[in-house]
Amino acid sequence: MNDLLRMYELMAVIRRTEKAAYDLFMAGLVKGTTHLASGQEAVAVGASEALRDDDYTFATYRGHHHTIARGATPEACLAELMSKATGLCGGKGGSMHLTYAAGNMLGSYAIVGSHLPMAVGAAWSAQLRGSEQIAVAFFGDGATNIGAFHEALNLAAVWKLPVVFVCENNLYMEYTPIASVTAVANPAADRACAYNLPASIVDGNDVLVVRSAVREAAARARDGGGPTVLEMQTYRHFGHSRTDPATYRPSWEVEEWLSRDPLTIAAAQLSKEDVAAADARAEKVVAEAVEAAKAAPPAEGALTDVWADGSSTWRT
Amino acid sequence: MADTLTIGKALNLGLRRAMEDDPKVVLMGEDIGKLGGVFRITDGLQKDFGEDRVIDTPLAESGIVGTAIGLALRGYRPVVEIQFDGFVYPAYDQIVCQVAKMHFRSRGKVSLPIVIRIPFGGGIGAVEHHSESPEAYFAHTAGLKVVACSNPSDAYWMIQQAIASDDPIVFFEPKRRYWEKGPVDTDSAPFALHESVVTRPGSDVTVLAYGPMVRTALDAATAAEEDGRSLEVIDLRTLSPLDMVPVYESVRRTGRAIVVHEAPGNLGLGAELAARITEECFYSLEAPVLRVTGYDTPYPAARLEEEYLPDLDRVLDGVDRSFGW
Repeated sequence: MNDLLRMYELMAVIRRTEKAAYDLFMAGLVKGTTHLASGQEAVAVGASEALRDDDYTFATYRGHHHTIARGATPEACLAELMSKATGLCGGKGGSMHLTYAAGNMLGSYAIVGSHLPMAVGAAWSAQLRGSEQIAVAFFGDGATNIGAFHEALNLAAVWKLPVVFVCENNLYMEYTPIASVTAVANPAADRACAYNLPASIVDGNDVLVVRSAVREAAARARDGGGPTVLEMQTYRHFGHSRTDPATYRPSWEVEEWLSRDPLTIAAAQLSKEDVAAADARAEKVVAEAVEAAKAAPPAEGALTDVWADGSSTWRT
Repeated sequence: MADTLTIGKALNLGLRRAMEDDPKVVLMGEDIGKLGGVFRITDGLQKDFGEDRVIDTPLAESGIVGTAIGLALRGYRPVVEIQFDGFVYPAYDQIVCQVAKMHFRSRGKVSLPIVIRIPFGGGIGAVEHHSESPEAYFAHTAGLKVVACSNPSDAYWMIQQAIASDDPIVFFEPKRRYWEKGPVDTDSAPFALHESVVTRPGSDVTVLAYGPMVRTALDAATAAEEDGRSLEVIDLRTLSPLDMVPVYESVRRTGRAIVVHEAPGNLGLGAELAARITEECFYSLEAPVLRVTGYDTPYPAARLEEEYLPDLDRVLDGVDRSFGW
C-alpha cells in the first residue's frame, strides 16, 4: 500500500471514530463532553508519519485524532469515552485525557497550554539519554496566548531541545475568532521569532504537506538544531464541544473549508477503487470497535489509583 | 554516623545522597546551579553532578513544573526548587491540575515521582510572597502528598524518602530554621516519611505543630514546665495524608489539644485536625480543640511580622485558654 493511501485510510478511521463518538454521545452512551477534531485529521496523521515510533507526542483535549494516529485502536478510544474498563485509561480519563503511553503518546491535556512544558521535559529526557528521540506538542491557536506557551518556547530554545511545536490553527479559540484576541496575524508562527526559533505556516489539510513539514522540523531537532514552530492552518468541521453548534462562524467560511476537507484532498490523489476499499475497511474497523466498546464492562474504581500503590487512602 | 548539621546543610547532603544513589534524580530551579540557591540548599551540587542534573532554569514556575512532569513521564525523578513560598502560585495550575491527577486519570499507567521543594513561613524579616504558608492549598488536593520537616535529621532523611517516593510530594522546608543545628544519624532513617512523631512526651495537653512551629512548641513546653504544666509536642511531619493515630492516642491521654501553625486559621490544617480529633476523641476531650495560628490577613510588612507570627506566648496563652475552659 502506498504511503498516501495508508494515511488516507488512517484519516478515514479517525473520521468515522469521531462520528461514532458523536452518535454514542447522542445515544447517551458517552457522558461528559467531547471535542471532535473532524477536519483536522491531516495534522495528526501527517505528523505521526514523520515520526519514529519512539518519539513522544502530547495533545490537547481535542486529541482523538492524535491518539489514533499514534496507534491506539478506535476500540480502546471509544471504550475510554464510554468509561469502559477496556478504555485506554481504564475508563477513568475520558475524552479529554486520552493517553496511550505504550505508543509514546503521552497524554491529552485539558488545561490549555499545560502540556507544552511537558513536551520540553520529555525532550530533555531524550537529550539526557542521548537517544535522538524528539517530542512534539500539538496545541490549538488559543494556547498561544497563555503563559505556558511562551515559557515552553523559551525553555526549549535556551536548552536547544529536540521539540517540534505544532499549532493547529483552526481560527477559533473556542467560540471567539483567534484574530480578535491576538496581537499578531499568525498566532504561533509570528511569536517564534521572539524566541529565535524557525517557524513555518503549513497547509494543515494536506497530509503530504504536513508530513513533509514535520519531517524537516523533526530532522532539525534530531540533528541538534533545536526546536521549530509549525503553524498548521486547518478547520474543525464541528463546534468547539458537543454542545456548540458553531453558529458564530459565517457559512461562506464553513463551506470554503469543507471544500478543503483533508480526506477529499488526499482522495483526489488516489484511485477511486483504492479510496472505496479504504473507506470500506475503515467502516468495518470502526463498526466493530463500536460493538466491542459497547459490550465491554464498565469502568470501576472511582476510589482507586490516587496514589502510586493503587490506593486512595486519605485518612489514616 | 552521627553529625551535627544545620537544616540547610542536612537538606544539601540529603539531596547529594539521593543524586548519588539514583542517576535519574535531577534538580531544577531558579539560581540553584552556580549560586546554589538563594538559601544555598543546592550548594556545590552543580559542580559535582554537572549542568545536566542541576539546572538553572528561567524564572518560569509553570514551565519548570511542566518540564518536570515531562521528565517524570520518562522515568526521571525531578526535584524542583521553588525559590520562595509565594512564587509557587504560577505553578499551582500544573501542580493541582496535572501533577496531582495524572496517576488517577490514567488508572495508574502514569506515575509522577516529582518533589516540589518550597521554603515556607516567615520570621526572616521578609515580606509577603517570601514568608507565606501555603500548605493547606496543596493538602486539600487529592493526589498530592504534603510533608514538612522541622529539624536536621528529618531534613536529611525526609528529602531522600520524598525523592524515592513514587507519588508526587510537596516538600515544605522551614526557611527561618535553615540555620538551626541538630544531630543527624546518617546511617539509618529514624522514621518513615508519612509518620507523625511525639517529639516531647507530656501528660496535660497535646500540642500539634509542624515545620517552623515545632521549635516554638518545644520552647513553649519548656516554659510551661515552670508553671507545672506538662505539654506533649507532636511533630506532624506529614500534612497529607495526616498520620492521626499518634494524635488520637495522645489526646485520649491528655484530654486537650492545641494546633499551632503560621498559616492563617481559616480553613487551615488546624481546622481539619480539630474536626478529626473531635470525631474520634469526643468523650476524651476536656476542652475544645484550640488553634494558635497566623491571622486571617495577608502576610504583613517585615516590621509587623512579629505581631503576626505565633510565638511562645501565644502558645502558652492557648494552653491557658484550654485549661480555663
